[in-house]
Amino acid sequence: MTVAISVGAVTVPVGDVWAIVLHHVTGAGAPPDDVALDQIVWRFRTPRVVLAALVGAALAVSGAVLQTVVSNPLADPVVLGFSYGATLGAVLVITLGGGAALAGLGVSAAAFVGAVVAGALVFVLGRRRGRLAPTRLVLAGVAVGYVFLSMTSFVQLQATPTELRTVMFWMLGSVAGARWDQVPTVAVVVLVTTTLLALFGRRLNVLLAGDESATALGVDVNRLRAVLLVLSALLTGTVIAVAGSIGFVGLMIPHLVRLSTGADHRRLLPLTALLGAVHLVLVDLLSRTLDRPNELPLGILTALLGAPFFLWLLRHNKGLD
Amino acid sequence: MRLTVDRIRITLDRTPILRDVSLEAHKGHIVGLVGPNGSGKSTLLRAVYRSLRPADGAVRVGGDDVWTLSARTAARRTAAVLQDGGGDTTGLTVADIVALGRSPHHGLLGRDGAEDRRAVQEAIDRCGVRPHVDRDYASLSGGERQRVLLARALAQDAQLLVLDELTNHLDIRARFELLDLIRATGITTLAVLHDLDLAVRLCDHLVVLHEGVVVAAGPVLEVLTPEVLRDVFGVRAHTGRHTDGVVRITYDARPLAG
Repeated sequence: MTVAISVGAVTVPVGDVWAIVLHHVTGAGAPPDDVALDQIVWRFRTPRVVLAALVGAALAVSGAVLQTVVSNPLADPVVLGFSYGATLGAVLVITLGGGAALAGLGVSAAAFVGAVVAGALVFVLGRRRGRLAPTRLVLAGVAVGYVFLSMTSFVQLQATPTELRTVMFWMLGSVAGARWDQVPTVAVVVLVTTTLLALFGRRLNVLLAGDESATALGVDVNRLRAVLLVLSALLTGTVIAVAGSIGFVGLMIPHLVRLSTGADHRRLLPLTALLGAVHLVLVDLLSRTLDRPNELPLGILTALLGAPFFLWLLRHNKGLD
Repeated sequence: MRLTVDRIRITLDRTPILRDVSLEAHKGHIVGLVGPNGSGKSTLLRAVYRSLRPADGAVRVGGDDVWTLSARTAARRTAAVLQDGGGDTTGLTVADIVALGRSPHHGLLGRDGAEDRRAVQEAIDRCGVRPHVDRDYASLSGGERQRVLLARALAQDAQLLVLDELTNHLDIRARFELLDLIRATGITTLAVLHDLDLAVRLCDHLVVLHEGVVVAAGPVLEVLTPEVLRDVFGVRAHTGRHTDGVVRITYDARPLAG
């Protein structure tokens, strides 16, 4: 993380980074002599790196939980429609910005609402006679996603070129605009939700045994699915709201961890959070250094860098045969 | 623990599946549930392990209606080995699967203690899956998987065992070994068995289910009469105790219609 803060359009020596961060966190040491350096490190880069870590952890954990909840290895916040819901919310505000109906609702708030609405729809549509069947949930998620996607496309047709560029950048995800005032809310939601989800680790394991067996093991599968779905929609909505829709992290990171340390959720979830955080911090670092001083959207790099590694691991893992 | 199914009625999608079904399993007894396909055997099991709530009647385990107990409390009394046994459990080892049996003993904040470890290790040894503990469950053969699932059920420390076609797809030796294992546990058991010969070998009592109704119940010899075998199972056969003391079914080669 220190390296991630130190490297960028302007490179700051690692020692200075420590001094500046330490000064702000603990009040120790003298305030830095170079005000510009202090600005870069504390005002821009540190919140950016912290946010990247939180977003990466949140997306990866949601992916891991959703894959088990719907018993489908392809599941992630994108497949279940949460990301498309968030995108529609954000795109509506970007293009209709001044619209009276949406007055007072920022891009982030709209994206959050979009993700949660998508989650609620998937929950309602995936339910039949009080049962949340895994296959029905996935299909409902995919269908809800397509509806939101087509609505988003329609709204985009009405947008000006400048708005389109903003929309495009948002859809591919970025933490470039990170500010300190965003961090507390996101940090609290991500830490609390992830902790709660980790507490469900044992029950998530039981869910792997199949619905009837899980029932016989004392788990109310429908209630468990409902709770986990709500928590993951909340988690995803919160981070997409500040960082845009970043794909692939939620799909890939959980599988990477499973392939290396197994599927026990009590280990899987904490490690997934950690690896997701590290992954996105690194990707963000690359996004602002590969094409200095320009920035690349995160969504482009997560898949471009992650997919080859993921494929390599798939080919070398015997457990999948 | 004693199991009493008291006049339950279950309807699924407006089709009556079980009508006025009662049965009893005394402590330590093995009761076999037999009947042709679609007779309601699995539905009856679902009512017992508290997955389906009967419209009428009650299932009592250890004297309590299972629907007055929480899901977790019910699961501490009743363990089940079912047919949905972990298709996509890649990434879980045998030890992980057996440990799932401890989940009804824990709330959200519960951590594994000495008692959990003892129950898991004991179940692993009892079912002879010690050599496989670190293997991925998905890599096991059918017979090995069934042993692992039985170990999971034993780790649950329940006093009633519910088994759904435990011996399906297993070779004859694996079947006999598994049956011996169940007998040796001494736990009250309700087992759905497709194979009548195995049912005769394993069970103290049999309950014959036909079109959602109990048509016969009691000791094996009294239940599997030529009439029941003909009317319910559609075969010409008779049941008798051979000179070696073993009860066997002898099937007639002539077709029923002939």
